[in-house]
Amino acid sequence: MKIIFEKSSSGRKAVELPELDVPMKENSIPESMLRNELDLPEVSEVDVVRHYTALSRKNFGVDNGFYPLGSCTMKYNPKINEDMAVLNGFTQAHPLAPDLNPGCLQLMYELEKDLCEITGMARITLQPAAGSHGELTGVMIIKKYFEVKGEKRTKILIPDSAHGTNPASVTLCSMEAVEIKSNNQGSIDLEDLKKNIDKDVAGLMLTNPNTLGLVDKNILEIAKILHDNGSLFYCDGANLNAVVGISKIADMGFDIVHLNLHKTFSTPHGCGGPGSGPVGVVEKLVDFLPIPLIEKENNEYSLNYNLKNSIGQMRAFFGNFGVMIKAYTYIKALGAEGLRQVAENAVLNANYLMSKLKKHYKLPYDTICKHEFVLSDEGLPNNIITTDIAKRLLDYGFHAPTIYFPLIVHGAIMIEPTETESKQTLDRFADVMIKIKQEAEQNPDRVKNAPSNTPVKRLDAVTAARNPILKWEGKC
Amino acid sequence: MNYIPTTEKEKKEMLKEIGVNDAIDLFQDIDEQLILKEPLKISKKLSEIEVRKKVESLAQKNKTKTSFLGAGCYNHYIPSVVNHIISRSEFYTAYTPYQPEISQGALQSIFEFQTFICKLTGMDVANASMYDGSSALAEAAFMSHNITNKNKILISKTVHPEYKKVVKTYCKMHDLEVVEIDFKNGATDTEKLKNEINDETASVIIQNPNFFGCIENLDEIEKIAHENNSLLITCIVEAISLGLLKAGNADIVVGDGQSFGISPSFGGPAFGFMAAKKEHMRKLPGRIVGQTIDADGNKGFILTLQAREQHIRREKATSNICTNQALMALAGTVYLSMLGKQLKNLAIINNQKTNYAIEKINKLINFEIVFSSPIFNEFVVKCNDSKKIIDELEKNNIIAGLDLEKYYPELKNHLLMCVTETHSKSDIDKLVEVMESIK
Repeated sequence: MKIIFEKSSSGRKAVELPELDVPMKENSIPESMLRNELDLPEVSEVDVVRHYTALSRKNFGVDNGFYPLGSCTMKYNPKINEDMAVLNGFTQAHPLAPDLNPGCLQLMYELEKDLCEITGMARITLQPAAGSHGELTGVMIIKKYFEVKGEKRTKILIPDSAHGTNPASVTLCSMEAVEIKSNNQGSIDLEDLKKNIDKDVAGLMLTNPNTLGLVDKNILEIAKILHDNGSLFYCDGANLNAVVGISKIADMGFDIVHLNLHKTFSTPHGCGGPGSGPVGVVEKLVDFLPIPLIEKENNEYSLNYNLKNSIGQMRAFFGNFGVMIKAYTYIKALGAEGLRQVAENAVLNANYLMSKLKKHYKLPYDTICKHEFVLSDEGLPNNIITTDIAKRLLDYGFHAPTIYFPLIVHGAIMIEPTETESKQTLDRFADVMIKIKQEAEQNPDRVKNAPSNTPVKRLDAVTAARNPILKWEGKC
Repeated sequence: MNYIPTTEKEKKEMLKEIGVNDAIDLFQDIDEQLILKEPLKISKKLSEIEVRKKVESLAQKNKTKTSFLGAGCYNHYIPSVVNHIISRSEFYTAYTPYQPEISQGALQSIFEFQTFICKLTGMDVANASMYDGSSALAEAAFMSHNITNKNKILISKTVHPEYKKVVKTYCKMHDLEVVEIDFKNGATDTEKLKNEINDETASVIIQNPNFFGCIENLDEIEKIAHENNSLLITCIVEAISLGLLKAGNADIVVGDGQSFGISPSFGGPAFGFMAAKKEHMRKLPGRIVGQTIDADGNKGFILTLQAREQHIRREKATSNICTNQALMALAGTVYLSMLGKQLKNLAIINNQKTNYAIEKINKLINFEIVFSSPIFNEFVVKCNDSKKIIDELEKNNIIAGLDLEKYYPELKNHLLMCVTETHSKSDIDKLVEVMESIK
C-alpha cells in the first residue's frame, strides 16, 4: 500500500481554511527566518479517510480479538471511558489556568486518593507519562533520598527476570544496575541478594508479581534485608492487575511503586501510548515527589509546589490528563468490589489456561501463577521455536503472547489472558495452541512459514536494521 | 459495573480444571498477613449512567471561555477527520506493534509520521514520538552529552520555563551543568551566548518561536554553536509555526505536536517529537520504524534499530523510553495529511491575526508591546496591573493570557498572549475593547 505522500496530487485540498477577516499586511518576518519549501502531501478528505481506514484494517487491537500479550495486561477498554475523556469541559481545559478548571484538579485529586488506597502508599504523583517514565521518576527519588541523607549509594539491585526498562532507568540516573539471580522457583535468590547487599546499595527494583507471573514468596524477608541495610524497595507495578484489591503494595514492604494506568486501569494502549505511569511513595518519601502535588483544603483544590526535596518536574504540566480521566471512570465504575473481582478473575483465567496448556508445552515454573504464566519452546518437535508458534497464532486470529521474555526462560512464551476474556475464548485459544503443537509434529513447514493469511508475511528484521529506510525519500 | 464475562457456573468448571475449590486459593502464595481482610475504601460500583453523570459533573465545573492563553498549549481548529481516525479501535486498542504482520497499520502510519517530522524539521531521521516536548528536550540534552562527551548545556532563558525545569531535572541526574542564557528584546542574547559557550559546552538549546513568541536568529546562533563544536538543539513548541518558519541548521530538533490536531486536555496527552542528523541516528532514544520486505518480497514496515533500546541493551540503552504517545502521533499524522501544503497558509493566518491584535493593543494608552523582535503568534504586553487585567477580562468571559511573573519575576505586569485561527476579528476587537475599558 502506498504511503500518504505518494497519493499527493498537486492542487488537491482536504481542508478549507477560513478567509482572513483582518486586513492582510505585508509579511513582518525576515526572509532569513522563513522556510524555503514545505513538501507535504496534497490530498482530499476522502483520500485521508480511506487511507487511514485501510491502514486500520491492517491492524489488530483488543477489539479485534484475544490479545494475550504477557505483562501488557491487554484487557478490554470500556467505551464509556473514551466518551468521558473527550467531554468538552476537559478537552478545552488549559493547564496554565488551573483556577478555571477545578473539575480537572478534583478528578486528579480523587484519582490519586483511590490509587493511594489501592497501593497503600501515602501520596502519588500522576505526572509520569508512561511506566518507564514512572520508573525513572522512582529511581530519581531513590537517588535524591540518599543525597539528602548525605550518603553516596550508587547501586540498584535488579533481578534477572526484570523488564529492560528497569536497568535502563538506573543508567539514566547515573547509577549502577547490579543483576540478582532468580532461584529455581522464579523468586529472588536470597543468597545472591545477601551476597550483593552492602552500603552502596540504594535500592532493589522488583516487578511484583514478577514477569513469570509469580509473587515472590520471600517478599517480606527481602523487604527486611533491604530496610535493615537502609536501602529502599521499589515495586515495578506493571503487573498490579493480579493483586488489586487483594493485597497492598505498601504492606509488602515496598517504599515506591509505579503503576501503569494503561494496563491495570484499562486505558487503551493506542499502538504504543499515550500511557500514564503514576508513582506512589511511603510517607518519608513524599517530600521527594515531582512538583506539583494537588491539595484539598475547605473543598478547594490547589497546586502545591512547596516540596522541600522534590526531584523537580518530569514533564511540562500535569501528565497525560486524558488518560487519567479514563482510569478514573474505570475505578468509579468498578468500585472496591469490582476491582477485587478483576484480580480474582485475571488470576483464575491465567491458571485455567496454564493448566490446560501445561499438558502440551513445557512449563518451567509449575506452580500456581498470578495474572500470567510463561511457557518454554524447549522440547518442541522439528526445531519449531517460539517465533513460529507466535506467528502461527496470528493465522488463527489471535495476537501472539509476549515472546523471548523474560530472558531466564528458554524461548519464553508469556501468556496473560486478563479478566475480560471468557472461558470460551480461553478454550478456543488452548485448542489452537494444541493444534499448532500437532502441526509442529505433522506439518512443521506450515508453522515455520506462518503467518500466511496476514496482510504481509514474515518481515525481514535484519535487512531493516542493516539498511535503515526510516522515511520516504521522494518529493510530493 | 464490571467487564468480566465469567459466570458462576463457568468459574466452577475452571476451578475444577485447575484443581482448587475457591478463587482465593489461587492467592495462597501470598503471605496470609498480606491478604486484605476488608474491602478497599473506594466508593461502591456504579452503573454506566451513574458514572457518566459523575464524570460529566466534574467536566462541567471547568469554565470554558474565549482564550488568548497559549504558552505551550494551543487552541487550534481540529478537523473532524482526526478524531474519527484515532477513534478506530483497531488503532486505539492495539499495543506497541511487536507483531508486525498484524500491525502494518500502526507501523506504516509511524513511518509516515517520521517522514512528516523529517520534512518539517529538515532533519534526516525522526523517531516514533516522545512523551511530550519537554521530556523530548531533556532527552535531547542528554543525547548531546552522549554524542560530544561534554558536560555543559546552555539553554536560553526564552525556552518554555516548564521545559527548562524538566531539562534540569534530567540533567541533574547526570551531573550535567545547565546554564541559562539571558534574553535581549525578547530573543536570546547572542553576545551573552558567545561569552558563556566554551570547550565544555555539549549543546545550545533554543526554542523557536521562543516562549515570548519571538522568532530567534537561528542562523547566528547556529554559527556560534558550531564554531565552538557544540551541537544546536532547536525546540519547537508551537508546531504550526513550522508551516512558515525554518527549524534552522540544527543537529537535533525536538518539539511538541499538540498543535497538530490535539486538544489542550489540561496539558496532555499530546506527543513529543525528536529528529536528528543522520550521524546521530544510533544515539536516538525510543522506537523507530523502518521499511523492509516480507518473505514474499513485498514491502512492509517493522520496528528497527532496536539495538539502541532497553529490551535488548538493558542498562546500556540510549534511553529507557518504551511506551511513547503513538496514538497522538497518529492524530498528528492525520492532521498533517489533512492540512498538507496548506499548513503554510494556516501559519500565515495565525501570524496575520496576531499582528492585527498587536497593532490594536499597541495603540491603547495603558498597554505596551514590549519586544520588537519578529513574532509568530504570541506576544508580550506590558500593563499597569496584570492581575486586574486578568480579572476584568475574565468577567467578560475572556482568558487574557499568562501572567509572566509566575516564571519571570523581572517581568512583573507582563502578559503573554496568543492569537490563532480560532479567533475571529470580532474576538480580537472585543478583547481590545475590554482592555481599553479597564481603568
